[in-house]
Amino acid sequence: MDTSIIEARDDLAKLADHAYRIRRYALLMGEVQGQGYVGQALDIADVLAVAYCHAMTYRPEDPDWEGRDRFLLSNGHYAIALYAALIEGGIIAEEELETYGSDDSRLPMSGMASYTPGMEMSGGSLGQGLTIAVGHCLGLKHKGSDAFVYTLFSDGELDEGAIWEGLMSAAHWKLDNLIAIVDVNNQQADGPSSQIMAFEPLVEKMEAFGWFTQRVDGNDIEAVANAFDAARNHPEPQPRMIIADTRMGCGVPFLEAREKNHFIRVDEHEWQLALEALEAGRKA
Amino acid sequence: MSTIKKPKLKTSAMIASIAGEGQKTQAAPFGHALVELAAQRPEIVGMTADLAKYTDLHIFAKAYPERFYQMGMAEQLLMGAAAGFAHEGAMPFVTTYSVFATRRAYDFMHQAIAEDNLNVKIAGALPGLTTGYGPSHQAAEDLALMRAMPGMTVIDPCDALDIEQMVPAVAEHNGPVYMRLLRGQVPLVLDEYDYKFELGKAKLLRDGRDVLVISSGIMTMRSLEVAKALEADNVDVAVLHVPTIKPLDTSTILREAGRSGRLVVVAENHTTIGGLGEAIATELLSAGVTPQFRQIALPDAFLDAGALPTLHDRYGISTNVMADTIKTWIG
Repeated sequence: MDTSIIEARDDLAKLADHAYRIRRYALLMGEVQGQGYVGQALDIADVLAVAYCHAMTYRPEDPDWEGRDRFLLSNGHYAIALYAALIEGGIIAEEELETYGSDDSRLPMSGMASYTPGMEMSGGSLGQGLTIAVGHCLGLKHKGSDAFVYTLFSDGELDEGAIWEGLMSAAHWKLDNLIAIVDVNNQQADGPSSQIMAFEPLVEKMEAFGWFTQRVDGNDIEAVANAFDAARNHPEPQPRMIIADTRMGCGVPFLEAREKNHFIRVDEHEWQLALEALEAGRKA
Repeated sequence: MSTIKKPKLKTSAMIASIAGEGQKTQAAPFGHALVELAAQRPEIVGMTADLAKYTDLHIFAKAYPERFYQMGMAEQLLMGAAAGFAHEGAMPFVTTYSVFATRRAYDFMHQAIAEDNLNVKIAGALPGLTTGYGPSHQAAEDLALMRAMPGMTVIDPCDALDIEQMVPAVAEHNGPVYMRLLRGQVPLVLDEYDYKFELGKAKLLRDGRDVLVISSGIMTMRSLEVAKALEADNVDVAVLHVPTIKPLDTSTILREAGRSGRLVVVAENHTTIGGLGEAIATELLSAGVTPQFRQIALPDAFLDAGALPTLHDRYGISTNVMADTIKTWIG
């Protein structure tokens, strides 16, 4: 795909369409089970649209293609968002979303590599993804591949010591094939992430650890796309970090306005309202 | 400061050889076997968490510097990165001390490695009670932890020959392996027997009428010494070596334990909880085979620091104490 800085309006409009459909698929999956981490799916949809519809190289018909860019989902509960992106990327059929979270489905509620095409790791035990990504990057360099490894983790995962082991080692090994994205939505299980365990100043910390670091509004799709481009094109031999400040529930105003919570409650009648609100926002 | 001359104490240093005085040994069997195997298997890489020198991986690092990865003193990273590396088609041989692999990085082995059935071979040094450094370094429960992990193959080798033959065998096996590692000058014992390591196979090293000792790891070496010592008392001891703890060679164990009239003793360098003894007891009971059954194993306790010979006597796994114990059992 094109690696140049995004400028053309129609490209941005296409990306916004992709993000809209990712949000829509996530809501439809949430409706299937009557629950799901839709707050997170809505906040990360723009990042995933850029990853799967702009930045990454892969073959939808051959998810294990050796030359693909890898995407490692550390925060397994974001699986609902990743499935939506895999549908939008053509790796999973749209019809399959009706099985989300059901017995024997390929789309379990927490992401697992052995269940789902295009799912590169089993997440859920938070804080593991970055260490696994480091291994992928070492392995790719070892065999002379120029594929990129993307990994997404949440601000809550910054509490885990293994994240910092991964941060140190990625810089030590000069992993310029690693692009990490932190979703800073400031929510984790017990409350606002910044209050559970203070993690700022994040840019300064990442830079001090030796990472090329950008901080963007994770729901400004143009800013996100530019950040992905800059991360890939950065000339220095160092790992790349994108800190994405996002809004839980983004795209559905009444969910975005709901009291902030790690697990946003959606009542049975609200799924349809959410889909309508998403559609209305798209037209606006 | 006292000026009274005290007797020289036995060392409780971290690294102490388990070889007896004058015993035949072989240097760094793991490191040399891995170097030899790596010549045929380009997918092998070596990874460690600041313990290459103390796990004999430095020999591999010297032979294949471009295939050696120093991950720093970070065992969770070590296991996570090994998983990622294996996803890319490599076969990482990963080394650290048993305590750090099994206790500190357990979830990373469980989720990142075992759940995806990745080809990561984990070697844990200082297994069981093979250091006098205290519980921080004594892995008395490593086999129990690793047995409980689905999909994990678990090996407790006896000596240099076992280790040398185990290395290519675990590479042949598709999936994760945890192997106990003896490093440095490692006793060589099994060369005197008609023995070859086979993954998943128990081997009868010597037969005997009165007692069947079923053992793994260094306790097989001790059991063979016990068997020789008890010859003088006209006690005839058979020794069945079980280097693969999981999957267990149930049919061989049931066949030997089912022969009537013998006391069955399971000897292991491990706590009584969750190791070879309990594994065998379950199989015997399930099959309705109920011989007189005893365990020689470490207690369910935080073990003392001290010199290894002292501790092995104290906890009943030295040759002398084990021989005396068996004599009291058979009256």
